[in-house]
Amino acid sequence: MFFLFSSFNLKAQQNGAIVKKMSLKRGQIVYNKYCMVCHQKDGGGVQNLNPPLINSKYVSGNKMQLINIVLKGMNEPVEIDGDTYSNPMPAQAFLTNEQIADVLTFIRNNFENKASVVTVQEVKMQRSKK
Amino acid sequence: MQKLLYLYKQKLALTTLIVVFFLLMVSFGKINSNNTINSDYSKGHKLILPQGFSALVIAEVKGRPRHIAATVKGELYVKLKNLVNGKGIVLLNDENKDGDYEEVMAFGNFPGTGITLKNGYLYASSSTEVYRYKLDADDRVIDTAKPELIITGLKAGRQHETKSIVLDNENNIYVNIGAYSNSCQEKDRGLESKGMMPCPILDSAGGIWKFKADKLNQTYADGIRYATGLRNVMGLDWYTQTNSLYAAQHGRDNLNSSWPQFFDTKKSAELPSEVMYQLKQGDNAGWPYVYYNHLEKKYIQAPEYGGNGKIESKEKYAEPVVAFPGHLAPNALLFYKGSHFPLRYRQGAFIAFHGSWNRAPEKQLGYFVAFVPFQNGKPSGDWEIFADNFSETATVMAPREAAHRPCGLAETSDGSLIVTDDTKGTIYKITYTGK
Repeated sequence: MFFLFSSFNLKAQQNGAIVKKMSLKRGQIVYNKYCMVCHQKDGGGVQNLNPPLINSKYVSGNKMQLINIVLKGMNEPVEIDGDTYSNPMPAQAFLTNEQIADVLTFIRNNFENKASVVTVQEVKMQRSKK
Repeated sequence: MQKLLYLYKQKLALTTLIVVFFLLMVSFGKINSNNTINSDYSKGHKLILPQGFSALVIAEVKGRPRHIAATVKGELYVKLKNLVNGKGIVLLNDENKDGDYEEVMAFGNFPGTGITLKNGYLYASSSTEVYRYKLDADDRVIDTAKPELIITGLKAGRQHETKSIVLDNENNIYVNIGAYSNSCQEKDRGLESKGMMPCPILDSAGGIWKFKADKLNQTYADGIRYATGLRNVMGLDWYTQTNSLYAAQHGRDNLNSSWPQFFDTKKSAELPSEVMYQLKQGDNAGWPYVYYNHLEKKYIQAPEYGGNGKIESKEKYAEPVVAFPGHLAPNALLFYKGSHFPLRYRQGAFIAFHGSWNRAPEKQLGYFVAFVPFQNGKPSGDWEIFADNFSETATVMAPREAAHRPCGLAETSDGSLIVTDDTKGTIYKITYTGK
């Protein structure tokens, strides 16, 4: 019984890893098309203007807050290591729930960030909250 | 006979090869003699300059040095974007003449970009105010604790908030008030978001305002909107030759990301032009309704206002003096007044290009100081790169890869050109050695 359970668990883990891998791949495509122009190829952002995503608490922190930034945009002062970043981020609500889940999973697992995946369900839930 | 002919042919081929090789050598040599690396290698800085020029690193300054002003004694006032120990201006001096400039003092409790020196006063700006400090005969600030507030209450959004400043020869001060928006869209930088009509920003920003340089506590009511339709001017100088104001504008961003149906990433990287203007009172440069296209040499209707990248503007706007490729970010403009540099540089314009970011996914460009030769108050030739390789790398894909980014320019009384970098805080001095 225990053996059966752990093998099931292992299989689920493997499935999870494949799902995550595919999400990361799709996420990179979304990133390159919609995010890279400001946040740049290396996630390093632009001095004074567009905040970096590298090793960022905004990125690897609270998922719901992060989903909201994509859905509603962001126009508040961002200060990182004594520098401020001033360009507003426009809302990206035109992206599908899957695109948002994928791109956030991508940035949470790149640019020196290590955080849990974002699921389509989580984006859907956040979008339904007005 | 046949063999002889064969040998002759071979010899001819060899001679041709040698001649071609020689010509190639000469042409490479020519390229090299025009653009030599002539710099302070000991500190790892690798500026590329025209033959006969040399660059030295004279200081490293904390707090992101922006604009800079030189004194009669060759000292340098540097404006800082970020306060260091609560101070926003530093004075640098090379006391022992060893080539390294040290901090003499720091003062001013406001961060900012603009700083200029004229007629016995040092002028410096925050995002909303302009102050001045009285100077002694050596251009040293007499009382660092008590600047006079000359202009107050200027608009400052979160973007384009810096205030570049310059004086004319009649004690007027010109202040850039940047538009706190990319293209006056209903949703700033948003996808297919329309422009507001008329753009409400233009009544108090998106232009150059003129104030008295010696009157205290001026507000908008005391100034005049000297020129409008300028998104964000960082390069600002008064040209005594024509007795007029020149401005180098940062053009709008996001043509592709806001309007992908009209602009692919390549077109969006190249456009719009970064434009340098000679501004008369009442001039309008067209922002946000139009942008300039240097490839077609005309104003194009902005996509936020019914354009599609092709429709030419029906309205007349200020004629550009020079139009550079898109997104290079002209952060400073300086007309060279001295006689230390060779003849062709005298009275010409130097422009510090901070370097692009909005060219992604294409290569980024800029990160150099450009030069425009002038004669009789007009450009007498094409613009050229004067000091290159601030980035210290051949290709910049993302701005973070650039080691340095030019931001401010000053000319010392001996005719050297000072360049600030606000990434590492490096201050360069470019001189002419003739070697």
